[in-house]
Amino acid sequence: MTSKPPVIQLRSVAKRYGHGDATVHALRGPDGPDGSPLGVSLDIDEGDFVAVMGSSGSGKSTLMNILGCLDVPTSGRYLLDGTDVGHLDEQQLSLVRNRKIGFIFQSFNLVPRTTALAQVELPLAYAGVRSAERRRRALAALERVGLADRAGHKPNELSGGQQQRVAVARALVTAPAMLLADEPTGNLDSRSTDEVLTIIEGLNRTGRTIVLITHEDEVAERARRVIRLVDGAVASDVRQGVSV
Amino acid sequence: MIAWQMIRFAFGGLAANKVRSALTMLGVLIGVAAVILLLAVGNGSSVAVKNSITALGTNSLTVSSSNLRGSATAAKPLTVNDAKALAEAQAPAIKSVAPVVTTSGTALYGDISHAPGSIVGTYPAYFETANQKIAKGDYFSNDDVLNSRKVAVIGSTTATQLFAGEDPVGKRIVIGGTPFTVTGVLQTKGSSGFNDPDDVVIAPLPTVQNAFTGFGSVNQILVQASSAESTTEAQAEISRVLLGAHAITDPTKADFRVSNQTSLLTARESTTKTFTVLLGAVAAISLLVGGIGITNIMLVTVTERTREIGIRKALGAPRAAILGQFLTESTLLSVLGAGLGVAAGLFGARFTIVGITPVVIPESVVGAFAIAVAIGLFFGSYPANRAAALRPIDALRHE
Repeated sequence: MTSKPPVIQLRSVAKRYGHGDATVHALRGPDGPDGSPLGVSLDIDEGDFVAVMGSSGSGKSTLMNILGCLDVPTSGRYLLDGTDVGHLDEQQLSLVRNRKIGFIFQSFNLVPRTTALAQVELPLAYAGVRSAERRRRALAALERVGLADRAGHKPNELSGGQQQRVAVARALVTAPAMLLADEPTGNLDSRSTDEVLTIIEGLNRTGRTIVLITHEDEVAERARRVIRLVDGAVASDVRQGVSV
Repeated sequence: MIAWQMIRFAFGGLAANKVRSALTMLGVLIGVAAVILLLAVGNGSSVAVKNSITALGTNSLTVSSSNLRGSATAAKPLTVNDAKALAEAQAPAIKSVAPVVTTSGTALYGDISHAPGSIVGTYPAYFETANQKIAKGDYFSNDDVLNSRKVAVIGSTTATQLFAGEDPVGKRIVIGGTPFTVTGVLQTKGSSGFNDPDDVVIAPLPTVQNAFTGFGSVNQILVQASSAESTTEAQAEISRVLLGAHAITDPTKADFRVSNQTSLLTARESTTKTFTVLLGAVAAISLLVGGIGITNIMLVTVTERTREIGIRKALGAPRAAILGQFLTESTLLSVLGAGLGVAAGLFGARFTIVGITPVVIPESVVGAFAIAVAIGLFFGSYPANRAAALRPIDALRHE
């Protein structure tokens, strides 16, 4: 699609839990000639909209945690936006999460007792952005998700769909290299699902890279590329026409 | 800007559990208030002791007879001759000498009778040495002593008891059948403990000896040193003179005791110091308990807010920001608690507690506040560290 290098490059990434006989290969990739796992290799281009699908236990959560720098792979290399994040310490990882990744969770994960505006300002505050600038950008992000009039509301005063839209605003406010959505519509009714997905699609159209993890086909249909995981390995990787 | 943000987060966190925060603060409050108040009480009692001893006169020395334990011979009592020997000796540190006899009796004025705390027979030098100042009328003179005149100076309590508003000067009171003319009334010294120093009748020594005690021994000899610095010197001179007068060669076998107010002061001060230290220790323990209360509550808070910590970490909160947020919260608890504790302590110190007027030690206020804040930091650091060390992935999964 573009001449730019891929925003995400996974090279033989594997994740194991436990030791000896109790070892679980959460992410293993195809087996090598000697039967040992080779790990997952994957490229995601800038501006792409990728849906990662798979049943529970397929390794999609592990993949998401590794992509989100919440967890480190047991082996293999992960380059995010050209940086090898495999050898970063905790301090640097938090910086990467802050600058390059915007998270959208299934359970919204808003900070309790905090207004929508303050939620959206939070990543900017951790990035050390000045107060006035923070406010301006946070309001713009809320505007983008259509919640400018709800800026002063706390999570318990917002509906599920609105909460998830606040979470989307919070994810995009730092202009990250990638939006990482983990079952963003899992807790929403069909109308709110549609609203949130429309916003995500809109963001993708303006050039944001989006990785969306889901097990719902109708959600995955809206992505440009669908990756299916089975037993910790990529089973299929299909590029599909955008359906609007 | 991030610091300001942290304080706001911390306030938000505390406000989320108002009762819990208030109770935790109460622990610190009680600790700080106890430290300030108990130290103030200890200090107050030591100040009271110091004042009452200063009231006695700081450069006065008291000579009293003492029976040596295991001594074969009975102690030779102190006599007027001993006082004379002291007065006439070549002793530059001794300014004046006043032998003292004390007795008791009932004083009558008209149909009012009152038994003063003590009836003292002495020389005029006594007044200055014992720091007794006249308020009305005059002291009796050396002439009165030489002529054994039946005159008396009375304390302010005695005056109130006998005369009830009348001017006592020039009036006659009868003590044990002997009439005394009141020449003066002493200034009020104020009570210090059980006996009232203002309930006293002071008359010339020979008069009292003649009327009550007889001309034998005297109870004590009050010596005034020429200055507060020369009391030790005066003490040595008294010992030398009296050992000579009593014909004792071994100073360890002296049959008299010289005590000065400084030694009394030191003894009493060390007693009150022990008292103060004990009180302070009790208070410090309650402050410590308050600190442990902070740890406890912060641990609960961290567990409760694990998920929130996970969210913040996922949003890129550095370790220091999480650490700072929870440390600020615990420190805020201790600062607010300590501030209220200082207020409570200072307020409580305005009341008399078990007969002692507390005197606040400024260092104790600053110290207790600082220690409480330090305790907040110290006891908050363990839970805060636990929060900061949480792995975001585990924290996010926490239910």
